[in-house]
Amino acid sequence: MLGLNSKDTMLLIVVAFLALAAPFLLNPFPTNSSLAQFNAGYPDLMQRFAIFGIFAIGFNILFGLTGYLSFGHAAFLGVGSYAAVWMFKLLSYNVIPAIILAVIVAGLFSVLIGYVSLRRSGIYFSILTLAFAQMSFALAYSVLSNPKFNLTNGETGLQVYGDDPQILHREGLPDVPHLFGWAMRDNFLELEVAGWEFTFNNGYYLCAVILLVVFYLAIRLFRSPFGLMLRAVKSNQQRLNYTGLNPKPYTLAAFIISGMYAGLAGGLLAAMDPLAGAERMQWTASGEVVLMTILGGAGTLIGPVLGAGFIKYFENIFSKINDNVLHQWFAFLPDGMEDFMVFIVHPFVGKGWHLTLGILFMLVVTFLPGGLVEGGQRIARLFRRRGKKTDTPDPEHHPKETPHVAE
Amino acid sequence: MSKYNVTRRGALKTGAAAGAGLALPTIFTASSAHAFTNEPTGSTVTLGFNVPQSGPYADEGADELRAQQLAVEHLNGEGDGGMLNTFSSKALDGTGILGKKVTFVTGDTQTKSDAARASAKSMIEKDGAIMVNGGSSSGVAVAVQGLCQEAGIIFMAGLTHANDTTGKDRKANGFRHFFNAYMSGAALAPVLANAYGKERRAYHLTADYNWGWTQQESIQASTEALGWETVENVLTPLASTDFSSYIAPVLNSGADVLVLNHYGGNMVNSLTNAVQFGLRDKMVNGKQFEIVVPLYSELMAAGAGENIKGVLGSMNWNWQLTDEGSKAFVKSFGEKYGRPPSNSAHTCYAQVLLYADAVARAGSFAPCAVVEALEGFEFDGLGNGPTLYRAEDHQCFKDVLVVKGAENPTNEYDTLEVVEVTPRAQVEYPPNHPMFGGDEASLGECNDGA
Amino acid sequence: MDAILLQILNGLDKGSAYALIALGLTLIFGTLGVVNFAHGALFMLGAFCAVTLQRLLSLSFETIDETKTDFLGNPLKVKTPYVEGWFGPEVGGAIIDWAVPLSILVAIPIMIGIGFAMERGLIKHFYKRPHADQILVTFGLAIVLQEVIKYFFGANPIQTPPPDALLGVVNLGSWLGLDLPYPIWRLVYFLFAIVVIGGVFSFLQFTTFGMVVRAGMADRETVGLLGIDIDRRFTIMFGLAAAVAGLAGVMYGPIVAPNYHMGMDFLVLSFVVVVVGGMGSLPGAVLAGFMLGILESFASTTWATTTLPGINQIIIYLVAIIVLLTRPRGLMGRKGVMEE
Repeated sequence: MLGLNSKDTMLLIVVAFLALAAPFLLNPFPTNSSLAQFNAGYPDLMQRFAIFGIFAIGFNILFGLTGYLSFGHAAFLGVGSYAAVWMFKLLSYNVIPAIILAVIVAGLFSVLIGYVSLRRSGIYFSILTLAFAQMSFALAYSVLSNPKFNLTNGETGLQVYGDDPQILHREGLPDVPHLFGWAMRDNFLELEVAGWEFTFNNGYYLCAVILLVVFYLAIRLFRSPFGLMLRAVKSNQQRLNYTGLNPKPYTLAAFIISGMYAGLAGGLLAAMDPLAGAERMQWTASGEVVLMTILGGAGTLIGPVLGAGFIKYFENIFSKINDNVLHQWFAFLPDGMEDFMVFIVHPFVGKGWHLTLGILFMLVVTFLPGGLVEGGQRIARLFRRRGKKTDTPDPEHHPKETPHVAE
Repeated sequence: MSKYNVTRRGALKTGAAAGAGLALPTIFTASSAHAFTNEPTGSTVTLGFNVPQSGPYADEGADELRAQQLAVEHLNGEGDGGMLNTFSSKALDGTGILGKKVTFVTGDTQTKSDAARASAKSMIEKDGAIMVNGGSSSGVAVAVQGLCQEAGIIFMAGLTHANDTTGKDRKANGFRHFFNAYMSGAALAPVLANAYGKERRAYHLTADYNWGWTQQESIQASTEALGWETVENVLTPLASTDFSSYIAPVLNSGADVLVLNHYGGNMVNSLTNAVQFGLRDKMVNGKQFEIVVPLYSELMAAGAGENIKGVLGSMNWNWQLTDEGSKAFVKSFGEKYGRPPSNSAHTCYAQVLLYADAVARAGSFAPCAVVEALEGFEFDGLGNGPTLYRAEDHQCFKDVLVVKGAENPTNEYDTLEVVEVTPRAQVEYPPNHPMFGGDEASLGECNDGA
Repeated sequence: MDAILLQILNGLDKGSAYALIALGLTLIFGTLGVVNFAHGALFMLGAFCAVTLQRLLSLSFETIDETKTDFLGNPLKVKTPYVEGWFGPEVGGAIIDWAVPLSILVAIPIMIGIGFAMERGLIKHFYKRPHADQILVTFGLAIVLQEVIKYFFGANPIQTPPPDALLGVVNLGSWLGLDLPYPIWRLVYFLFAIVVIGGVFSFLQFTTFGMVVRAGMADRETVGLLGIDIDRRFTIMFGLAAAVAGLAGVMYGPIVAPNYHMGMDFLVLSFVVVVVGGMGSLPGAVLAGFMLGILESFASTTWATTTLPGINQIIIYLVAIIVLLTRPRGLMGRKGVMEE
């Protein structure tokens, strides 16, 4: 179907199901139960899942296929956001021109950075991309927001003000980002079934559809001759040179494509919430997408999306569990036991969410070298082994170990 | 049996939902069921406390959270009632707000606009918070204020000192109890001129972002009005930790006062470095060299340790104040947590009370009704003397404290001492002041959302 | 002239910290081939060794002073440190005063211990894994370490002042007719860095152990084939690198008050330093550290920032880009290291 083999078609269908049914799947607990804390099916977080999924898929096209580890990818996301908000300020709140410009600007930016950075490889490449991104961040945070030439609005973040031109804005259109009048932050349906609540948000479904499109494109790219060439770059660039092929145009193309994915994610972030902050470009943000990709499984198709979901879930759900919530959970225990349990769990939730995340990074990478995808495969194999013995490992889903330097 | 209640913008989706195999669901949409965003329908009402819990301001966020928790207890009639007993408005009776028990959710702003908005959104979308309170940075305050305006709930900023929050970025749904950079300048300048003379040459080190700029502008304007001269204003990157290369040029600049427009860790480090370079023992132009830190917080004072002795600055509130409200608050906070509250904790506590009181007086949780109740509201007994929530820009006007680092602290909390309580009249300014966006700045329309 | 010299001193001082951290990173990288994202955290742990010792020395017993009151109006509890009780206020006070230099003695064994534990418990399992995995696991470890510190010490900076004797300013240039007041502790830090760097180099240069390690850095396999237990030596090198980072942190406390995220603040910069110096080159790391420190200081002067606004924010990255584009492997890098 759609030029995919049956396995990839299955994968796409599964992802499509997960994305479209997310409002149900992410809200497994009734609203009034004490576990409702773990529900993630509210618009903002669902949007983030999809957007950072796109970001990570794009990053994986560069890192997973070519092995080039960019430490400055957040710059493209940030630039995309700024471009989109400027579109809102100048044209109108319609998200289409904003997203298109975000992709184009991020693409141009990545041509520039990619062309320079790809002259080096390995860690030298990583540091070059890091340097460019950090420079962009520092300038956006301060110099580019001075009152005379305010391109970024610095610390506060670029926003739309009432006195902005918005030349295409007309009466009757919503005063928030919209798709031809269809406001992004509105919900087209809110369901209450027994104790459950499900929210179907316009913005989320736009993100989800775009996610599916770019996921499909990524599959096609992975399976194309171009994708094969990129893998060749990763496995042995020297050999590639000897065959008379110049790998540079291929890696540059991958870099630009992945930069455009990041720009798309940035544009969508702005479309869901019309504010672009400079922190989006900081090295920690670049590091986050690296972590998402490795955590999920670099070089696999679905891994980065899982990794993105994993990290965003922690950031948004675990950070909100406070002592009050803990006391509610353990209220069934006798008083002393309750306090003791709260005392034990307390350092790992709420303001300690970073700690839990750090521990999980270590556990996952130590015990599941292929990331979350490998975890999934192990479980699947366990079940399959019980059934039949037809276990054919898929080479794509087992990223090869790259030799390390001291060998 | 099940109620079946269809009221929606198109039968198509209803059909689709039913088709999805849901047996007789109760279906409704927000627009028809609620008069405004997150209207509390049950027996409780949820407030959102959005404070930094990770990153450099985590301790400040923790203190804000303590105060907010205390305020919720007092609203629900638990504990000793704190400032509820001294508050001039008596609309609250310790039975929650409008008879609904107060609950709260917490979130982590990470002191980043993006993360703060994400956290506020989850409170609004997931937890049904009716208002958002707290925060520890002006960038975050402006960003979250904009979000709450769009979503149609009330936002009350925590520690935010930049003029813009109630200046060019003011919003109808947003309120600020904390003072601002202009007020710091207006309160501090006369004290500085008194203590150090009118012929001083000041050297400014300014954190290179929005808050730093507005504070520098305010302090420069108010000190120059009293005869001081500004030698130089140097912008320092927020990420700086070692300020030596910014401090060294001060030595030979001919300046005899150093103004540190820094906050938090930046200020702790720049002040420590300045003291290391012997600036405080220096004589320039025949005068003792002085350092000024226009905005103080208790945590900064604790972090800077010995270095702040005698250094002048300003604050919104201090636990050593002796009015009835402050005493009641310090007592109930101190007994619960074993430490005196910080000034950002005080602001967050006061705002929870002010919000609850406004709802009680308005008789409604609807944001526009609350806005109306708060605009032009005059009150007393919350620690800063008679206070006005000005209708034009939603800024609180009250006395401002000029403080200095304690020379002989008797305990670990006694780091700052109050030098002067500057009366409210001296720090007032017209709502269309050029530093606050001029005539163009406007609150816009209040938004009930939904 | 005075101003320029002062900025050079500032640069050397910043450079000392960069060089010490970069040196440790390069040691770990060169010997073990591991990209250690937790190295900044080791620096931070060093600084907190000093904080902890200072707290331990200041552990106090309480006596109640009826004449004064605390913030709640109760009688004030006056705290007297035990050491002052045991040794008398004079000696006890002096011990507390010298807490930071004393921490060096404590920090060396602690940091070596932490280094061993890290290498044996975690890093060992990642020698054969891709660099990406090493980054992820050490970054995870860095987060865990800093969160643990935050849990116990809070997020606010904590002052660790130098001893009173080393507190003031010394005028370096008085015999040259120049006005060069400079904080004593910063000079101490610079000299300390020189001693540590010199110590590490001579250890590698003049001992058999060092020779084997250097040989191992050049060609691990061959040294292994010669029947030398290179792994054990590399473990020791990891401990050494951790100790260097820790010492850099201990002594840095009086310059910039320690806080839990100071490691992360230095992490990215120190990687830039290592790469600018050239992967795998110890002299390169030290040279790049000092060079970037000095350039950063000069970029912060008013002259520089008025000529090119924002230059102070980006100078390090700008220099890194220029160096890497003109010298493919940094200043002194070896071919083939971390280039795949």
